Amino acid sequence: MSGTKGMRALPLGDDALLVEVSSGEEAQALHAELLRRRAEGTLAVREIVPAARTVLLDGLPDPARLAAELTASEVPPVLPLTQEIVELRVRYDGPDLADVAALWGVSEEAVAGIHADTEFRVAFCGFAPGFGYLTGLPSRYDVPRRATPRTSVPAGSVALAGPYTGVYPRSSPGGWQLIGTTDAVLWDHARVPAALLSPGTRVRFVRVACR
Amino acid sequence: MTDRALAVVRAGALTTVQDLGRPGYAHLGVPRSGALDAPAAALVNRLVGNPPGAAVLETTLNGCSLRPRCAVTVAVGGAPCPVTVDGRPAPWGAPVRVSAGALLDIGTALSGVRTYVAVSGGVTVEPVLGSRSTDLLSGLGPPPLTHGAVLPLGHEIGVHARVDVAPQPAPPAELVLRVTVGPRDDWFTPTALRAFTTSTYRVSSASNRIGLRTEGPPLERAFPGELPSEGMVLGAVQVPPDGRPVVFLADHPTTGGYPVIAVVRTADLPAAGQATPGTPVRFVPVRRR
Repeated sequence: MSGTKGMRALPLGDDALLVEVSSGEEAQALHAELLRRRAEGTLAVREIVPAARTVLLDGLPDPARLAAELTASEVPPVLPLTQEIVELRVRYDGPDLADVAALWGVSEEAVAGIHADTEFRVAFCGFAPGFGYLTGLPSRYDVPRRATPRTSVPAGSVALAGPYTGVYPRSSPGGWQLIGTTDAVLWDHARVPAALLSPGTRVRFVRVACR
Repeated sequence: MTDRALAVVRAGALTTVQDLGRPGYAHLGVPRSGALDAPAAALVNRLVGNPPGAAVLETTLNGCSLRPRCAVTVAVGGAPCPVTVDGRPAPWGAPVRVSAGALLDIGTALSGVRTYVAVSGGVTVEPVLGSRSTDLLSGLGPPPLTHGAVLPLGHEIGVHARVDVAPQPAPPAELVLRVTVGPRDDWFTPTALRAFTTSTYRVSSASNRIGLRTEGPPLERAFPGELPSEGMVLGAVQVPPDGRPVVFLADHPTTGGYPVIAVVRTADLPAAGQATPGTPVRFVPVRRR
């Protein structure tokens, strides 16, 4: 592809490529296309790791050849969302709900309404096993991280940072703005699949009454 | 004697169970983990007749003491250290028969950081996502060894190797890491890029299984700003805001937002896992294969 659309395949060491596109939507579309190619047997690779604007391909037999092929092709179109939606029941009772309401310029009640009315998609995972970076909120609702990260954020906390919503799979330090809580088990290594959310998963937050 | 298990008498500073790790789950945020000095782990497994994927113990600097509840063959490799069985010297880097109830002591490393202990049958703690490795970043796998812990062992399936002492590379007096430059070298000034490949850094004592941290000239960014999170690979040399390069080792995070100036050749990473704090480090650029 054409540099016009800005897909770049950057070599990373001897057997990986970092494929860079110009938006999160393009990264999701490219990720879906690369998964499809791996499933049909035309792409041999150990890891396919989507992120904000990139897809990492690690463990490639011939990265230079794939780089040439990718940069000569178009970014695939964004696929229609066909898979089932994972619903997460949320109590909008987070300690940062008031701060987020102030940042959004709406009431706390409206934060819950807007968030629960949005359909999200897992753009990528990272930070901890099963932690998904969910996109879907319009950019006017982007929020900064907390100035001082918390030393411990409880498991199940529903949180915002930048353009993303995330759910903490387990208790850990964290700097995201906490707006709610879910009882859903995001990660259970004894379950198949271990991760409730994986890249591409559609997610909706269902509002339930606070305790 | 059917109680195939190993009791931990002295856990040491940090002793973990390690195998080949759990590659293939990076897209879920799961680090690959696995033995840092993989060739050493493979060798000790071979010496006791285990398959390459059997789980071994990885000690850190001061070894550990173990009491098998059944007769086993063990082999100790990686960082050289004294080995004793019931107080009597036993060979390092060779198969050693240890009878049930005897005390196997793995001493303090004479050089290097990580000593590997293979036990015939392998350590058979419950695997997580196909691996028994302890992942110190995300907490997957068994916890580090503690005093009094008991580790299950598998059944011996192989025949131990007939060798006196297997040759192993010495831990590095100077760590020379071959790197391919990029992908984010354009985030650094030309002066910083020159400094990266011409300066001598030193291994920081803050190094761990997640990364080899270095001390030395800070690398200056060409421009400020943040990089959106992107996938990370084993051996990536990430440069955090303090400018000191960090080489990602087995428990590295799967995504990160600091620019990667270069990637270390995989073949040079076992030595990185054996470099003690203060060891000089040089990054030598090589062409991509």
